Amino acid sequence: MKIPMSWLREYVNVDLPPAELAHRLTMAGVEVGEVTSIGGWPGCVVGLVLAQGRHPNADRLSLCRVSTGTQELEVVCGAPNVAAGQKICFAAVGANVFNTHSGQKETLKPARIRGVVSNGMICSSLELGLGSDHDGIVVLPEDAPLGMPLDQYLGDTILDLEVTPNRLDCLSVLGVAHEVAALTGQTVREPDLAYPELGGPIASAVNISVADPDLCPRYTASVIQGLKVAPSPRWLQQRLERAGLRPVNNVVDVTNYVMLEFNQPLHAFDLDRVREHTVIVRRARPGDTLATLDGVTRQLNPEVLVIADARDPMGIGGIIGGAASEIGAGTTSVLLESASFDSQNNRQTAQSFRLHTDATLRFEKGLRPELAPLALRRATQLILQVAGGQACQGVVDLYPGKDNPAPSLTLTMSRLKKVLGMELPLPQVERVLQSLGFACQRRDPATLQVTAPYWRSDIALEEDLVEEVVRVMGYDTVPTTMLSTPIPYSQPVPIVTLRGRVQDALVAAGMQEIISYPLVTVANLEKVRLWDPERPPLSVTNPLNAEQRHLRPTLRASLLNALAANQGGGDGPFRLFEAGRVFLPRDGQLPEEREVAAGVLAGRRGETSWLIGGDALGFYDAKGVVEWLLQHLGVSAAFQPSDDPCLHPGRCARVLAGELELGLVGELHPAVCQRFDIRPQPVAFFELYLAPLLQALPQGERRFRPISRYPAAIRDLALVVPASVPEGEVHQMLARHPLVVRVELFDVYSGAGIPQGTRSLAFHLHLQSSERTLTAEDASQALQELLSSLERKVGATLRT
Amino acid sequence: MAYLGRRGHLTLVLRNLAQLDMEQRRTAGAQANQAKRTLEEALARRTQELEDARLAMSATQERLDVTLPGYPVTGGRLHPTTRIIREVCEAFVAMGFSVVEGPEVEWDRYNFELLNIPKGHPARDMWNTLWVDYQDPAGQQSMLLRTHTSPMQARVMESQQPPVRVIVPGKVYRYEATDATHEWHFHQVEGLAVDDGITFADLKGTLYEFARRMFGSERKVRFRCDYFPFVEPGVDMSIDCFACGGKGSGCRICRDSGWIEIMGAGMVHPKVLAGVGYDTAKYTGFAFGLGPERIAMLKYGIDDIRHFYANDLRFLRQF
Repeated sequence: MKIPMSWLREYVNVDLPPAELAHRLTMAGVEVGEVTSIGGWPGCVVGLVLAQGRHPNADRLSLCRVSTGTQELEVVCGAPNVAAGQKICFAAVGANVFNTHSGQKETLKPARIRGVVSNGMICSSLELGLGSDHDGIVVLPEDAPLGMPLDQYLGDTILDLEVTPNRLDCLSVLGVAHEVAALTGQTVREPDLAYPELGGPIASAVNISVADPDLCPRYTASVIQGLKVAPSPRWLQQRLERAGLRPVNNVVDVTNYVMLEFNQPLHAFDLDRVREHTVIVRRARPGDTLATLDGVTRQLNPEVLVIADARDPMGIGGIIGGAASEIGAGTTSVLLESASFDSQNNRQTAQSFRLHTDATLRFEKGLRPELAPLALRRATQLILQVAGGQACQGVVDLYPGKDNPAPSLTLTMSRLKKVLGMELPLPQVERVLQSLGFACQRRDPATLQVTAPYWRSDIALEEDLVEEVVRVMGYDTVPTTMLSTPIPYSQPVPIVTLRGRVQDALVAAGMQEIISYPLVTVANLEKVRLWDPERPPLSVTNPLNAEQRHLRPTLRASLLNALAANQGGGDGPFRLFEAGRVFLPRDGQLPEEREVAAGVLAGRRGETSWLIGGDALGFYDAKGVVEWLLQHLGVSAAFQPSDDPCLHPGRCARVLAGELELGLVGELHPAVCQRFDIRPQPVAFFELYLAPLLQALPQGERRFRPISRYPAAIRDLALVVPASVPEGEVHQMLARHPLVVRVELFDVYSGAGIPQGTRSLAFHLHLQSSERTLTAEDASQALQELLSSLERKVGATLRT
Repeated sequence: MAYLGRRGHLTLVLRNLAQLDMEQRRTAGAQANQAKRTLEEALARRTQELEDARLAMSATQERLDVTLPGYPVTGGRLHPTTRIIREVCEAFVAMGFSVVEGPEVEWDRYNFELLNIPKGHPARDMWNTLWVDYQDPAGQQSMLLRTHTSPMQARVMESQQPPVRVIVPGKVYRYEATDATHEWHFHQVEGLAVDDGITFADLKGTLYEFARRMFGSERKVRFRCDYFPFVEPGVDMSIDCFACGGKGSGCRICRDSGWIEIMGAGMVHPKVLAGVGYDTAKYTGFAFGLGPERIAMLKYGIDDIRHFYANDLRFLRQF
């Protein structure tokens, strides 16, 4: 909302510099986004063209005598519209004006133009930086004071307010004036609303009824006859332009002007186009249509409130007028409407037509019905002033909603203290509220009965009054204290804690965290083979683009996209993980938001180095990260061959802790990599589900195991086992022996020297007792026991 | 070996001493022991000399080019948003708040209605919403991607009686075109404290303390009136601009104001308290919300919010 200070000053004195005023408004909740100043014309004054004649040496130029009030000067002017008697903007030699050729501000020098000296310049809008019009000079109103500095006469400051949805009142100049008055200790001068009523009685000019009072609590109207539609006077145009509206004609401009002044949107109908001079405010009938002012023909329905004549809708109430009854050059009689409409219905209708007009911006927030007759009188008065004609006697005022007055609120000083944490004396509270236009009555020494003024429709509760008081006094006046109420007892949320530990462990394992968008495409889900048309994931009805439509049921696609997007940066290593939620639909409920941590590893194992080769990351890197993480969490898990459509069929394992399925480790299926255009191969992958992982966490604290005082015996054991026997099985059997404290696999071999269909697994076994030093015989016996049991169970033999 | 070994000359001499008489034994023994000591000392000296020479030689020969790069260690890092969220939560946990989280897919009821934003309320325009495709059999409920973390205010209060002191980090979503300062997907940290006796003054103190912990004890803060439908009075907290030191003029970061908006806050609206069944005569509270991305942008000088979720390693590895 643009508020010109020159307009604001009509209702309230402003002694503060604009920046200070902007600051006070901002602190009080009416944020000023930008302060723009118009002016900066030292050396320019209001001048008078005393005489205008032909330039002796140029047909298109004229030679003018200009008075500045203190001196008379000869000036050459090239504008076609210059004439004697005009008040103009005169730039004296030395003034700073825009050069229309360079677009830069330049200091004006005396110039000889076609042999005649010009001692200054009569300015166009372009030269003053007021607009792009360079076809002619700016002609000022006749009453412009001769010799007044132009900055004083035309200069202005525009406050651009960022009005929050509650502060409807600040969409109007008067509303802001009330705010300024309260913040600066001034009083508001409200405009005079009187006008001569020289026409016939209004009842004989128009017949108005409200058929649907639930949607129209108040309808007021006046009639002006014998007026002349023309462009508005300059002052009116200028105010509208500075507030950001485009002038149309004097009647329409007045309705807009009063809307900006009082906040009440108005509509003017050409009375001669109103059939039978009858107006009915009613719901549209099925089949009703209306060609609206924006050039669109709209189908109406009974949810739409229309302003109809005896036959057809003429406008959509409080939203937009119809083209048929539009004010035009030939209009001589005007029916002026100032009404209240139901805010909810207004908003719904505007949304259904996607019509967001200056009227709905206000009506949808709920204007007080008390406003309607005031704005009506003001607008009638101004139309008479700028378009002539005669107003009918009286106004129409249908007020079916008058039993719904502004609420009377009780404000106790104890409530103020409870909310703010400071005591305020009642007289001070009362003064603040009154400065804002609130009516206050003292019920008892600590209680006020308060009614909000008609321009404030946002005050409904005692707390609203508390805010009014404290925002005008300033939030700085409230003390700053620390919470002194008891700290509630609470336990950390386990899954949140676990996610943090998982993130930390993965980062410690060299993984980079990423966060990706939770909306994904069908194409991406197809690429990871997780698109099932029978069970589609949840989708949004109004996606920002066709790509981001589905709530991800997996982190895989986003991780692979991130990997693909980064592979241009070199050969890796790429170690990316995300800890986030996936969304699984549930009937009639919010979806399950499953916490997952997933990662991809691809490219070189380490940065390029002279010390190590360029091995590629693979399955065992991903598995190593998972093992590290589980060890960090104190979870022991088994890895069991598995399959997944997204993963390499022979390189995929389920991670199991007993019955709990914790996740998957694998390498991506080469076809999946290809679909994402991922170059480095292989791409190792893991995925862990945090809910079962939480269940698998050890209960209670870790228990200390005493460190044996006796030395360990280390024995090597090279076994030949059938190739089908997983190492994990052998490993576990070795680890279970009571004397074995540690098992290290140091070699896996198959090929020459051992039978086909077998492989050799070589282990270091650490044997130790907590009770005594083991003898050579103890160690040999343990090895014998292990060997015979391995032979029996998995067909292992000692490699010789 | 020839002299000092088990069968060395000197050893044999000493062993054969027994065959001599007492007088001879004493003299010969002393002489032999003397000779043995001399020999042993000479040997130790020579061994040390040889070892020193060897070490000196090897130290010269085994010299490394210490300017060559070491073994590469690939470190991992947390996402900057995660880091900031943790910092924010730590600051509030130290003030007795506990961390809870809520669903990202929400009902209209929690995201709007229980927060004093009924259907058709113009304030809904403050949150452009991504709606989830869901047909409620009863036609009652609408599903959406939460537009703020505030729905957890209602959820937490529904599930417990005061005192309440929680902090809620999480993702939020808006139907919004992206540019350098707008994202459709970002994060918020919400806070809520409700009890008998919590005041606006406590809100100011708590948020001021947070700003000092997060941005340094020299930071100045400013509280001004602002509007959010679920609080009354409403607050906007700003800190003095660290780019220009609060001077303002010509500063791109604070747009000439000298202040940077950090969070929205306010006293919990009585309708919100009443909506969850709290006694509004007894209980008051405050709520606040802030954007970790915005804080990261200010702290690290990031000029475009779109960097955060593009997952470019050249961005992520800087934090």
